[in-house]
Formats: sequence, C-alpha cells, structure tokens
Amino acid sequence: MLNIKKDFPVLVNNPDLIYLDSCASSLKPKVVIDKIDEYYNKYGVNVNRGVYALSYHATEEYEQTREVVAKFINAKSKEIVFTRGASSALNLVASSYGMANITEGDEIIVSELEHHSNVMPWQMVAKAKKAVLKYVPLSSEGKITVDAFKQVLTNKTKVVALTYVSNVMGYITPIEEIIKLAHSVGAIVIVDAAQAVPHMKIDVKALDADFLAFSAHKMLGPTGLGVLYGKYKLLQNMDPIEFGGDMNDFVDLYDSHFKDAPHKFETGTPPIAEVIAFKEAIKYLEDLTFDEIHAHQEVLVKHLMSELEKIKGVKVYNKTATTGVVAFNIHDAHPHDVSTMFDEEHVCLRAGHHCAQLITRWLEVPGTLRACVYIYNTLEDVDKFIEVVKKAAEYFEEW
Amino acid sequence: MSLNLNDLYGQVIRDHKKFPRNKGLIDGYKTLRFKNPSCGDDITVQAQLEDGVIKDIRHEGSGCAICCSSASVMSEVLKGKTLEEAKEIILDFYELIKGNMPKDEERLDEAIVYVNIHNYPPRAKCATLSWRALDALLHGEEGEQDEE
Repeated sequence: MLNIKKDFPVLVNNPDLIYLDSCASSLKPKVVIDKIDEYYNKYGVNVNRGVYALSYHATEEYEQTREVVAKFINAKSKEIVFTRGASSALNLVASSYGMANITEGDEIIVSELEHHSNVMPWQMVAKAKKAVLKYVPLSSEGKITVDAFKQVLTNKTKVVALTYVSNVMGYITPIEEIIKLAHSVGAIVIVDAAQAVPHMKIDVKALDADFLAFSAHKMLGPTGLGVLYGKYKLLQNMDPIEFGGDMNDFVDLYDSHFKDAPHKFETGTPPIAEVIAFKEAIKYLEDLTFDEIHAHQEVLVKHLMSELEKIKGVKVYNKTATTGVVAFNIHDAHPHDVSTMFDEEHVCLRAGHHCAQLITRWLEVPGTLRACVYIYNTLEDVDKFIEVVKKAAEYFEEW
Repeated sequence: MSLNLNDLYGQVIRDHKKFPRNKGLIDGYKTLRFKNPSCGDDITVQAQLEDGVIKDIRHEGSGCAICCSSASVMSEVLKGKTLEEAKEIILDFYELIKGNMPKDEERLDEAIVYVNIHNYPPRAKCATLSWRALDALLHGEEGEQDEE
C-alpha cells in the first residue's frame, strides 16, 4: 500500500480530513506547489516573448512540460496543446474540427455517461450543421459496450465523442475497440480522459485516438490547465478558435498567418506557472508507477464496496466499478441532506449531478453521493467513511 | 451517534418536508421559478395579492429537505401579511440565515427553526431559495431565473 499523505500539504494541515472528492479535483503534492513558488520567486516572467535570459529560462521550463506530457501519453510534443482544462480542450475540437467538418445529415455519437463538456459542444455543432446526435444505449448496469456501440455506428458517423472513464459511474469504456470500429467507417474519435489519466497509463498511439483531452488538476497538477492531444495532421488542418498574441507568425492589414500547431491554439499569456509545475505532477505519478497506483486503488475499492454492501439502506449504483469512484444514495434522502452529515464528520465528498445530468436522469434519481478514493487515501480513511455511512443510514431511515 | 444534525433537521423542518403545506400551483397566480443549477434545487412560487395583502402563497418543486421545507414554512408565515410586512419579514429571514437574530423574532414565527443554518454555510442557499423567489415576485419579477 502507498503511504504518501505526508507529501500533500492539505492533508498535513488538516489531519482530521478524509478527502474523497478527488474526481472533482485531486490534492496537490508539495513538489507541485514548490514548483509554482519557484517560478514566481525565481523567474516569473512571460514566455515566448522576451529575448532576455530570464524569459528564455521560463520558456524552456514551459516547453519542457510539453515534452513530459507528450512522453507521458506516448505522443509527440507538437501534438500537445495546452488549454484551460479538459472542458476547453473538448470545446476546441467541437468548435474547430466539428464546425469545419460536420455537414447536414452527418452523425455524431456520444453517450449518457458524458460530462456536460463532452456533450454540449456537440449539441451546438449538431444544431448548427443539422447533424444527428446519437446516444450509445447503455447496458442495464450503465456501461458503454462494444455491441451497443455497433448499434449506433453507421456509414454516416463522422465523430465519436466518448468518455474513457465515467466521472459518476467509474466504468472504463472499451475505447480501443470502439476506436477501431469508428475508424472502419472513417469517423474520428475524441476521448475524454479527464477521469482516466489519474488512474491508468494512457498510450494514445496504442489506442490510435484522434483526440484525447484531460485536465491537470485531477491528476495532482495545478488548476486552470488542460491538455488536448491531437494527431498532428488533424491539428495542423484545424483553424484556431481564438486569435491574438503569440499564435500568429505574420500579421497584415486584412489577413494574417498562423503559427503551426500546437502554438496556433495557444493565444495570449498562458497559465505559465501551472504549465511549468504540471511536469512535477506527472513525474510524481510516474515515480509512484501506475502498477502501484492500481494495486493501491484495488485494495481500497474492494474494501469500500464490500463494506458498503453490508449497510442496510445504502444503494450503490456502480458495484462493479474499479476506478475508485462509488456513486450511492442513502434511503430516499436527498444527497445534499446527507452530505451535510459527511461535512460534519470532516469527510469531503460530492453530492448532486456531478456535471453529468444525463446519467443522473438515466439512474432516475435527483442526484447521488459520490466518494472517490485515490492514491493518498488509506484503509483507515475508508473505515472512517464507512462509519459515517452507517450513522447516516440510521439517521435518515425515518425520512 | 452525533445528533448535531438535529440542530439542522429539527422536528418542524422534517414535518414540513414530509407534509408540505400550500403545495401545488394554481392557474392565474403570479408565478416565479428559481433554480440553483449547481445543486439542482428547483422551486416555483406563486402569490395572490388583494388590496396589498398576500391572500395566498403556493409552491412546487424539488430539492433537498432544507429547500423544500423552507418553501412550505414560508408559505404559512407570509400568508395573510401585507406586502410591506412580508418584505420586512423576508429581510429578517435573510439576516437570520446569516446568524443575526432580528429585533422582532415573533413575526418570523416558525421560520425561526432555520436559526442554525448559519453553522452550515453551504446550505444557506437551500434555505433562502424560495424566499428569494417570493421576494423577487413581490418586487414585480415573473418567469424563470437561475439563482446562484
């Protein structure tokens, strides 16, 4: 088992805290926070602009992160676009690639497991281009299966936008097979990997993903930063959706010329400190190794699920999920009413629709409670959580 | 077990949650729907005014116990009050939610049960959603709004 609470200042400064909301945002290790400090204290100037040594150094630190991210997912540096988050990355693909390539009658495949940021942009494209939005029918457990995907895939499918790991149900989508099938009809696939990257090794080349998006802050990195991976040919053929400083190489009165990808998508001063510090998060995860992370998580999830099962009045919606997230409710109590009890006991979890109203509606509930275990959680954390669940099950029985 | 939660979910609140008063909308009343998109609370309130007096208040919606009970409590507390009285009581209620006891506790009536909400800051919005909706309605607004 990992024993790394000491590396996370929030946990050190709040020793009573049981943090089970890592699917919303992970905590950050000290190495990441220190790197942000280092940038502001030692060379806190702009990147890509100055011709002086300090700016050169900041730019080097900034671009090193692009290389680290690329290596992390087995891509090339030039295939890595920095964005404001996974949401921005997904929006960029829809607004640029989608608007340019989707035409009337084309079909776009999404699912009810998607985060709003992987559905709403495609709703906008479908409306604007008179395209058809199709949903993969979920299995009785709420999973995306290859067979169900085949039912909606047609020769008209142009885009498939699916989550790799659902942020509510925690299921892993069989994305590799789906990508093969999608490519067989000439469609491109956008993978929302925001909930996948913290937990598993991702290899974009092995997956043959066309686009893949994730956020830094869910994988120990800073907030305000995301990554869009895109196959270079696709990126190079896409127009930027924002224009201004730094993304051009020639500006004239009535026309301008853009830089090559990825820089043409990064206008304005980027979140420099965040990008620079992000590589420390990746190094930290890689030092732990995904094998260790997986093993740690497996022990926690097994314990969590088996203990929850014993408590009367607890309904778990994703019993077979393995990625550390458990979606549940207690009796008929509204999740917000129950969540206050967890708050009282210093257990942080999320209650509500988790920016994924479609799956909440699919479950036919007003919302769920969601607990996520991650690398810094321990079996003691799980036990404390279970104690509160027991109390809540008792308290809310009469409701 | 810690029964601190009873400070929050007291008898009156639980009763109003289970048996809401004045629930269900009536055609022809002035209507305003307030939603809190971040949590899903969704309340529609109605008021029927006659000669400056609130003759009837109705509500309908979905949300947590605090939100739903509060709409029910409000409908009872403010029914029969003049427009001016109601507006003052609503302001008193906002103060109560912040932890400030109003000068005239009496006229808050049963709404006084939300006195402990200020110990649970994330729940303050739940308690005030229907009150803010009625407040806006009494100030002439109608229709549908997001209220965060």
